[in-house]
Amino acid sequence: MDQLSSLKLLGSWADSHTHRVQLALKLKGLEFDYQEEDVVNISPALLLHNPVYNKVPVLLHKDRPVVESVVILQYIDETWTGNPLMPADPFERAVARFWCHFAEDKLAPAVGAVFSSSGEGQKAAVDQVHENLKLLECELRDGAFKERRFFGGDKIGLLDIVLGCGSYWLAVFEEVMSVKLVDPESFPAFHAWLRDFEEQNEVKETIPAIDKLLEYARGVRQMMLSLSSSTSTSVPATAAANTTGNDDVTIDAIDASSG
Amino acid sequence: MAEGENKGLVLLDFWVSPFGQRCRIALAEKGVEYEYREENLRDKSPLLLKSNPVHKKIPVLIHDGKPVCESLIIVQYIDEAWPDRAPLLPADSYARAQARFWADLVDKKMYESGTKLWKLKGEAQEEAKKEFIEILKLLEGELGDKKYFGGDTFGLVDIALVPFTAWFYSYEACANLSAEKEAPKLVPWVKRCRERESVSKSLPDPLKVYEFVCFLKKVYGIE
Repeated sequence: MDQLSSLKLLGSWADSHTHRVQLALKLKGLEFDYQEEDVVNISPALLLHNPVYNKVPVLLHKDRPVVESVVILQYIDETWTGNPLMPADPFERAVARFWCHFAEDKLAPAVGAVFSSSGEGQKAAVDQVHENLKLLECELRDGAFKERRFFGGDKIGLLDIVLGCGSYWLAVFEEVMSVKLVDPESFPAFHAWLRDFEEQNEVKETIPAIDKLLEYARGVRQMMLSLSSSTSTSVPATAAANTTGNDDVTIDAIDASSG
Repeated sequence: MAEGENKGLVLLDFWVSPFGQRCRIALAEKGVEYEYREENLRDKSPLLLKSNPVHKKIPVLIHDGKPVCESLIIVQYIDEAWPDRAPLLPADSYARAQARFWADLVDKKMYESGTKLWKLKGEAQEEAKKEFIEILKLLEGELGDKKYFGGDTFGLVDIALVPFTAWFYSYEACANLSAEKEAPKLVPWVKRCRERESVSKSLPDPLKVYEFVCFLKKVYGIE
């Protein structure tokens, strides 16, 4: 099998979800073609291969598309089983999936909100990011990931990929928005994990240079400010899709304070 | 630690929750015994708050004292913890990716859109109806002529979606939207799923769901 032509990734250079897939493929030692897609004027390839969401990343394996980064990561892990990204134990897997969902559903939108807001709204968004980071900090210090170098253990795992590809926006937004998001004193474990993660060779090869990300973020922010009403739609890919809390519908209905 | 106390399976749940029902269906498919505990969502138990401190939501499956949260994660956990019977996900990794994609889509879209149908009125409700019909047609297209979403075997996507069918009656009553008329290909699939004991025993009576929706509307002051 000609492996080089069997894997193709449709992505966007500044998209953290694309980086997740690139990193996973690298960690598995897989060669792939990369194609930069126009995500503003949705390209024909995206319309064809991701008809439901029209988004990157799309992984084409022997011309069959897989979409949604966390789905793609699990597909990669289950198709090429060397250097596993997910733990073997069912409970550990459930824990990893839980925090992946947390990253997508809570942390990413909160970080995105920091970028797309200002004034009081921004302060609230920053507080929300801190609340979310506190939860992760607790798990790293005393909880499910206690005494681990990475969420995956001694090596980077799926959850590291999901959290790590996107966490670099924290530093970028800190600079661009002049806010404090990941204070090493308040979040020592998270900070240490992120530094370790970003030191890995495969990660360095995947994540764009910080000055490119800064330039990109400044550009987007400028564009947002110049529009009279800014929404979060043009935020860099840390803003997750609109997922509502997926469980316990009725609690929202009965008691709004439970969130 | 009192070992006896922590052994076994406990499902913290709420009778009308489609998310809880997913877990009940999965456990029934695997033929696994468990203790069902109804939570009072206005007065959550210490066990629930301890088991799901991040979201404080049901369902939570507690297995030998260890909590698993989020319904689709629970269903996959159940599948992986009892791998010797009734597989809920296909063996092939591409088919698994498809199953996860569609289950995730149901998660992202069904509840939010369905809720709008009974919560909103007027033009907003009409918009919500359009959105909901689009989702139904998307799902109908994916099902096609297959027996279940995954093919011949009942699985993750069926489990993710079927609990919402108990709300179809309410959507019709509140929004004059007949899911059966809008997505007729789903009708035989619903019937097929309900013929499974795991589903028929886990889903509530649609009339009771409607009673509950009416109660919620009163609480929210919706006509």
